[in-house]
Amino acid sequence: MEWETVIGLEIHTQLNTVSKIFSGAATAYGAEPNRQACAVDLGLPGVLPVLNEAVVRKAVMLGLALEAEIAPRSVFARKNYFYPDLPKGYQISQYELPIVARGHLDIELEDGGRKRIGVTRAHLEEDAGKSVHEGFGTMTGIDLNRAGTPLVEIVSEPELRSAREAVAYMKKLHALVRYLDICDGNMQEGSFRCDANVSIRPVGQTSFGTRTEIKNLNSFRFVERAINFEVARQIDLIESGGSVVQETRLYDPDRDETRPMRSKEEANDYRYFPDPDLLPVAVHAEAIEAIRAEMPELPDAKRERFARDYALSARDAGALTATRELADYYEALVAAGGTPKLAANWLMGDFTAALNRSELEMAQSPVAPAALAQLLARIQDETISGKIGKEVFDAMWAGEGDADAIIAARGLKQITDTGAIDRIIDEVIAANPSQLEQYRAGKDKLLGFFVGQVMKKTQGKANPAQVNERLRARLRGD
Amino acid sequence: MSLTSEEVRRIAQLARLAVDDREAEGFAAALSDIFDFVEALDGADIEGVAPMAHPLDAEQRLRPDQVTEPDQRDLFQGIAPAVEGGVYLVPRVIE
Repeated sequence: MEWETVIGLEIHTQLNTVSKIFSGAATAYGAEPNRQACAVDLGLPGVLPVLNEAVVRKAVMLGLALEAEIAPRSVFARKNYFYPDLPKGYQISQYELPIVARGHLDIELEDGGRKRIGVTRAHLEEDAGKSVHEGFGTMTGIDLNRAGTPLVEIVSEPELRSAREAVAYMKKLHALVRYLDICDGNMQEGSFRCDANVSIRPVGQTSFGTRTEIKNLNSFRFVERAINFEVARQIDLIESGGSVVQETRLYDPDRDETRPMRSKEEANDYRYFPDPDLLPVAVHAEAIEAIRAEMPELPDAKRERFARDYALSARDAGALTATRELADYYEALVAAGGTPKLAANWLMGDFTAALNRSELEMAQSPVAPAALAQLLARIQDETISGKIGKEVFDAMWAGEGDADAIIAARGLKQITDTGAIDRIIDEVIAANPSQLEQYRAGKDKLLGFFVGQVMKKTQGKANPAQVNERLRARLRGD
Repeated sequence: MSLTSEEVRRIAQLARLAVDDREAEGFAAALSDIFDFVEALDGADIEGVAPMAHPLDAEQRLRPDQVTEPDQRDLFQGIAPAVEGGVYLVPRVIE
């Protein structure tokens, strides 16, 4: 039987505020345990939550970017369950009236097409603390620094049809929240993590099959592998006469499999009710317009503009707008005089390679856009060849100065004096009489050998096109 | 609407309240009476009335995104039954 995969994703995005959603405690990552857990985060008696303005603003930005409805009134609810990393006995979340609903995100498919994925809702909630089960004997350690960190949970419609589509959606959303600067996107630290709801059904069937939920996937690779494993498992199960049980599963990357999570007793009865400690959150039309006015250009719009204004291929425009930092660098580079195509090639090639090699972020690049523009200008005006350009770039990266200084100090200026080039050509021809004879007898391929010899003698400083042209003439015996 | 004593035991379990069978029956009767009383509201005409999430007719006030809470870990941990290396210790929650 032919099966169709049905996937919906719930993505927990940590908002990059400096303080928590309902308290003035810090949210910085990596602090000593419980140094950033105040009375509100600990759920001590008598405390009251007060909502963080930046959390609302960032959620509205997300809603606008997803072309969603921003609720004029949204309501916080208590989600009740007992676990030691949740000291109040409930998580403050949104249930019936989330702040963002009915949006969408367009993803690019592998065949070059696009697909619109519905976003059901995005709601605000507080994160729980962290339990440490190892190292405390018969006890569990609780660190509440993370308790109260603001999250927005973004829930997609079950409209994704393969693990690849799920990854494309997740990557698109990841780029979006980073463009909006509402989340640092750090997946290792858990700032952007995903639960995947996965089911299968016979092709052509409209009703859904029974789904399982894979929890806490924190890398794109794991999302793809976990879904692929789960789909294969469900198909095997059904084709061998069994049926899928609705349950929560965990992905084990070491064994590349999913397995059922220990079921939390009666975990699904959260008895939500409106939190009496918090009033309804009002977002007025003027506030929405003010936020809209501050929105940065979004990835799709930027990609289209790059393709149009800089005459780039869809692929190049997509790569250069993958992150806001890269796109900004590119625009600064072009503004400083780099021709669009040459700038694109350098940025996606040597520049990105150097960043990766040095394990640096864009903002830490030792070569600023204006400095790189000067190097590109020297390649464009043929002071140096592209190949020598790479050597100059490496020296710039190592902090040896600007392009002109390095070219002068290392004597890399291209030889354009035809007399000097001719002298070297003559030397090379004189030193290789048998190759000359073969060439003249029709072995054209030997031209490359002669070009190579001349470039070697000039240490790469001759203009390759010029060498080619003059060599042909000399070899013919003109 | 009436609650069975089994439903009462389930709610008690969810709320981690110890309720024995005899108490459950008593609560079932008492809670059913309360539900019946509240059900009188079903007779009210609520056509066009927005659901009320809070008794106060006001909006949530917001605070600026600033760190205002100092580290008071030692103070808070002074009243905790068990701490080690800065973490709170609780009975082990997984085997």
